[in-house]
Amino acid sequence: MPGFVTAAVSIFFDGLAYAMLLFVISVGLSVTMGLMGFVNLAHGAFAMAGGYVTVAAMNMLGVPFIPALVLAFVIVAIISIPLERLLYAPLYKAGELDQVLMSIGIIFMAIAGVTLIFGPNPPAIVLPDFLKGQVDLGFKTFPTYRFFMIIVGIVMVVVLWLGFERTIIGAKIRAAVDNRQMAQAVGIDVDKLFILTFAMGSGLAAIGGGLAIDIVGISPTFAFNYLVLFLIVVSVGGLGSLRGAFLAAIVLGVIDTAGKYIWPEGGAFFIYVVTVAVLLVRPNGFFGKGETE
Amino acid sequence: MANRASPGDPVVFLRDRTRWQWPEALPWILAVAIFFLQPITLNLGVQILITIIFALSLDLILGYGGVVTLGHAAYFGTGAYATGMLSAHLGWNEPISGLLAGASAAGIVGFVTGWVLLRYHGLALLMLTLALGIMMSEFANVTEAWTGGFDGLSGISIDPIFGIFENDLWRRNYYWYSLIVLFLVFLACRRIVHSAFGRSLVGIRENTQRMRAIGSPVHLRLVTIYTISAFMAGTAGALYAQVNAYVTLDVLSFARSGTVLIVLVLGGTGRLYGAFIGAFLYILIEDELAKEYPAYWELGLGFILVLAALFFRTGILGALESATGLFRRRAP
Repeated sequence: MPGFVTAAVSIFFDGLAYAMLLFVISVGLSVTMGLMGFVNLAHGAFAMAGGYVTVAAMNMLGVPFIPALVLAFVIVAIISIPLERLLYAPLYKAGELDQVLMSIGIIFMAIAGVTLIFGPNPPAIVLPDFLKGQVDLGFKTFPTYRFFMIIVGIVMVVVLWLGFERTIIGAKIRAAVDNRQMAQAVGIDVDKLFILTFAMGSGLAAIGGGLAIDIVGISPTFAFNYLVLFLIVVSVGGLGSLRGAFLAAIVLGVIDTAGKYIWPEGGAFFIYVVTVAVLLVRPNGFFGKGETE
Repeated sequence: MANRASPGDPVVFLRDRTRWQWPEALPWILAVAIFFLQPITLNLGVQILITIIFALSLDLILGYGGVVTLGHAAYFGTGAYATGMLSAHLGWNEPISGLLAGASAAGIVGFVTGWVLLRYHGLALLMLTLALGIMMSEFANVTEAWTGGFDGLSGISIDPIFGIFENDLWRRNYYWYSLIVLFLVFLACRRIVHSAFGRSLVGIRENTQRMRAIGSPVHLRLVTIYTISAFMAGTAGALYAQVNAYVTLDVLSFARSGTVLIVLVLGGTGRLYGAFIGAFLYILIEDELAKEYPAYWELGLGFILVLAALFFRTGILGALESATGLFRRRAP
């Protein structure tokens, strides 16, 4: 196989693994922003919290990797419920500025809290043996962990898609995203629905944070460093849209990886150009609700 | 025949608001007192003055125009890099024309980006300002030959002001220079917000649809104030480049856009003096705390932001206003 094809496949593969990470973390943000229109810059803080729960569970309690991820999901989802009631709920009807400030405040507190507890340096974990090494696909070998990431991502997409399209709760969420007032009028308890999606979304972000440890690494400033990327995935995909978030994650993940591979110094430039271009043409993203102006 | 205006006359209303009141002398008295008593270093004082100019520029579009932006550092950075590059590459070292050149560069970028951006609103606008700001920063990173990229732009050497006042180590001259620039910027802001144009901006902030309905050229008005705001942000950036004789990518960073937003909102938006109080307190407390206890500084700042968003949406100045009624309230 010619060299550039192998290189292209390898970039696409890495990009895909990265895209799955972006998707797992961003999908919850997309649904919650679609439901309440809340500009939540602090979503990455939940991912970071999940990463640190994973680290703590593995390194202090000796929990294996996969159960640690499940633990991260459960703990962060539970913690997110009182936060949503106390901090987010009062600001649903407030302007964007207040929402932006409040969520920046949460980021700062999360950064400080993690620094005080775990110190400023990125922690490390030891992956289980079956996730180490390389997988041989005949023409090329790939890191097993990235392969695992892609599989996890695909499983998540299928599960979420089924949940969205084939369950009553999914139907309610879709109805509420489309038209909250109408959904309330026909008796859907949007508040309760929102608590549920917020907790689920935070939990998914927590799994993403755990998965991120061995790909991009986590540190106290994780929530701040990746905030823009998660928001971009959500707004390029379109608020509240599962397939939008998925498509945006793949487009941005692959372009970012390719950009950094082809032009290491300026690679990050590409995704912002793509983002600005997409938003200028479609202000509501690929699959956003509402008409474009 | 004299123009006898009735009490309800808009001219009287605007003139009354424009009249100077005695508390407005306080910040300037304080600024002069700081020079002579030096309770803080003048270097820190210069930083505060530059931050006030930057926050004032944001107040014009956020507090008056109602445009929420997460990318205002784009214009601060443009001003800083323009002034810096003129000096480092072309040897344009004259400070006052350099300052104007940097501000103008930012104004031009502000006009072009504003023309496009301000057709959007809500979340799309927020995301576009955010992405555009970071795009500028990445752009400065890749055009390393001009901007110095990640290593920063060095080789800036600014001539003494009027050939006499040079940038001494203690910032004695640059403190006055910055204070005078701030005063001029403030006069311009004050004139703008109390003009009929300024009132129309408040109208756009409060009810855009209605302003359109009564025939106000909303987009043009917003682009105008956005360009002026970018020019002033560029002034702050240019001043920053001249004082430090060094520019890094930090001037364009998202953190800087976020910080100026925090400074302004904590001080109080839509009041001009909010920028003064916010910048003064923020820089002072940051200087005291951030170096020694960075984690506690972040924890405290985060806590204050959450509280401010939930309970004190009008900032320090707004809280003071409702407490004492010292300053007259702006129109609801």
